[in-house]
Amino acid sequence: MNRVGIVIVSHSPKVAEGAADMVRQMVGNEVPLAWCGGDPAGNLGTSVELILAAVEAAWSDAGVAILVDLGGAETNSEMAIEMLPAERQGKVVVCNAPIVEGAVIAATEASGGSALDIVRRTAEELSPQ
Amino acid sequence: MTEQGVALRKALVAATAKTILEHAEELTALDQAIGDGDHGINMKRGFEAVVADLDALAPKPWPDFLKGVGMTLVMKVGGASGPLFGTFFMTLGKELPIGPTADDVIRALRAAIVAVQARGKAEPGHKTLLDVLVPVVEQLEAGNRNLDGMVQKAHEASEATKPLKAIRGRASFLGDRSIGHMDPGARSSALMIAAVADVLKEVA
Repeated sequence: MNRVGIVIVSHSPKVAEGAADMVRQMVGNEVPLAWCGGDPAGNLGTSVELILAAVEAAWSDAGVAILVDLGGAETNSEMAIEMLPAERQGKVVVCNAPIVEGAVIAATEASGGSALDIVRRTAEELSPQ
Repeated sequence: MTEQGVALRKALVAATAKTILEHAEELTALDQAIGDGDHGINMKRGFEAVVADLDALAPKPWPDFLKGVGMTLVMKVGGASGPLFGTFFMTLGKELPIGPTADDVIRALRAAIVAVQARGKAEPGHKTLLDVLVPVVEQLEAGNRNLDGMVQKAHEASEATKPLKAIRGRASFLGDRSIGHMDPGARSSALMIAAVADVLKEVA
């Protein structure tokens, strides 16, 4: 079964990697998972190029859910989605959820084989409405 | 492609990059006050990359040139400024014909603002670059195309972001503490507008 992929985008590579470690502990290798952090110069920040590479690495025909931390991570992720080939654009979403908890719960939902919109909704239930 | 077009595109990039590089520390200081303190260094890196690519970019017609500038900024600036300024230039490129008139430029500027607004999910008054771009384009749309007037409007508008409370971006975390500081994106927008006006005055 194709499971939804999870991408973690933080300003800090350490945060992204740490969140990914927590996801792996929960779901093992059942879910395609990639992370990135840092700006194009390697400082704190985010990079469209790295986000595109992470989406590619976690690619699944079931789609990819992106978890982000602060504003620039969201803006750069949305920019990256628009730069994907047209047939992939509709299969990638940015979840409005806390990055660590969101990644873990989204991956848990994805590991059960849920569709992309369910994965996203489950993660977003963590955010105050 | 005319020689003048290539020279004008080179001059516009050179002048814009020069002002960003000269003011990088000031932009960073503004961002340290209310953001994450990387605006100057990020913009500097982005425009250095555009300059490095200039020999390949400048011979392209206006639409492809502007899309190329925007794409470079998206890839190299990082932060939220990369996609915001990148979207601005990419939309200009998408909207302009190969031989644009002044009317075409003003129409494309409005489209670029709409795209930046969607990208940043911000409105005028949120203490962002829009608070410079919107009043400047409104003045142009109203028929005042005087370049000095455009620069003056841009500087006034960037000053006018000081009393605003940030609603979008990292500065919004500060709430009321963002009041009293100029928005760094508004400042860099005003600087770029002034640089573009200087170049256009020479060819006008």
